[in-house]
Amino acid sequence: MSENIAAMEAEFNRRIAAGETIEPNDWMPEKYRSQLKRLISQHAHSEIIGMLPEGNWITRAPSLRRKLALLAKVQDEAGHGHYLYSSAETLGISREEMFDQLHSGKAKYSSIFNYPTLSWADMGMIGWLVDGAAIINQTTMAKCSYGPYSRALLRICKEENFHKKQGMEIIATLIASGDTGKAMVQESFTRFWWPTLMMFGPHDTNSPNSPDMMKWKIKLKGNDELRQRFIDMTVEQAQKWGLSIPDQQLAFNEATRSWEIGEIDWNEFTAVINGNGPCNQERMETRRSAHDNGKWVRDAAHAYEEKHRSKITTAA
Amino acid sequence: MSKTNSLPEPNDQWNLWEVFIQESDNEPHRHAGSIRGADAENALQNARDVFARRGKTKSIWIVQSDHIVATTTGDSASFFDPTSDKVYRHPHFYKHTLDDELWKK
Repeated sequence: MSENIAAMEAEFNRRIAAGETIEPNDWMPEKYRSQLKRLISQHAHSEIIGMLPEGNWITRAPSLRRKLALLAKVQDEAGHGHYLYSSAETLGISREEMFDQLHSGKAKYSSIFNYPTLSWADMGMIGWLVDGAAIINQTTMAKCSYGPYSRALLRICKEENFHKKQGMEIIATLIASGDTGKAMVQESFTRFWWPTLMMFGPHDTNSPNSPDMMKWKIKLKGNDELRQRFIDMTVEQAQKWGLSIPDQQLAFNEATRSWEIGEIDWNEFTAVINGNGPCNQERMETRRSAHDNGKWVRDAAHAYEEKHRSKITTAA
Repeated sequence: MSKTNSLPEPNDQWNLWEVFIQESDNEPHRHAGSIRGADAENALQNARDVFARRGKTKSIWIVQSDHIVATTTGDSASFFDPTSDKVYRHPHFYKHTLDDELWKK
């Protein structure tokens, strides 16, 4: 039996090395399966919780055009959550189980959504910085070895570009509007800069799951490499907008042609991930009550389907 | 052969459906993903809301996931083997005796 497993594992590793994708019914090591369940469900939770900071501004959007765009964006996030829950389900975990993990606080989600959205400029900042960082992560992950996750990410990446562009438009508009608008953008940028850099996760040297994930091509690039790619892209954009970056140590390294940042406050990162960020409690309460308040809709759809089915059965 | 998505389904979840989208005339329906829906009508509406939010959709098919039967990766080598030695099913098998210009047309 154990020889059999060794043979299957060898075949699995060969397929990964050959760049083949793994599909739901294929044999896979238990750890590959459990790592994917954890990763994909966390990603799904992040999309769903990510609706809340933006939902906060739907009723206060400054124009109908902005409101329509924001509604469409929040609806996209719900769709992305759906794609991801579906791909996690193919690994043998039910959606109810994933919801339970989220609602009980067992499952984690992206730390960035535990920060408040205090001004309208934050809607621009989420599109530009947060979605910009997510695009860098997700376009890389879209080449991962698990077929259903890879396909869900391709679909998500196509839609994220609208999110980023609508954010950048909000920022450009505020900056062009004069000193007050620009000050709003700067205040928001100062609050979001560091938390966005934390989205890429701990340094690779402190990332316990990374080696296995890289070996199995669940993850294709290290956290630090992706973070650096984001920094190099964003620093230049911020400078073009005349924004000042809240990092005294930020310096351009001529040799690497890269921007080097000061040290990230990892204590803050750990605190927020472990439930002690500014909005963790509020996010979880909102999420739980949304789920509870939606129960009658789910039940009604069930009852309707059962009634309909029993009618068909009786007629036949 | 095996059924895809042959996973245990807890009772409190809606049925699982596979969604196939046709983006325009003359294109086949392609698998877009899965959707939950209590019944067919509900699943079709959910499929529209999740997979067709940006136009570019001509038609949607849905089918309950446990009705799909598929090959498995393990079986596929032997299952598709009978076609692998039939090179005469491809145009490059044939050699020409005409002049080049005429053959290319």
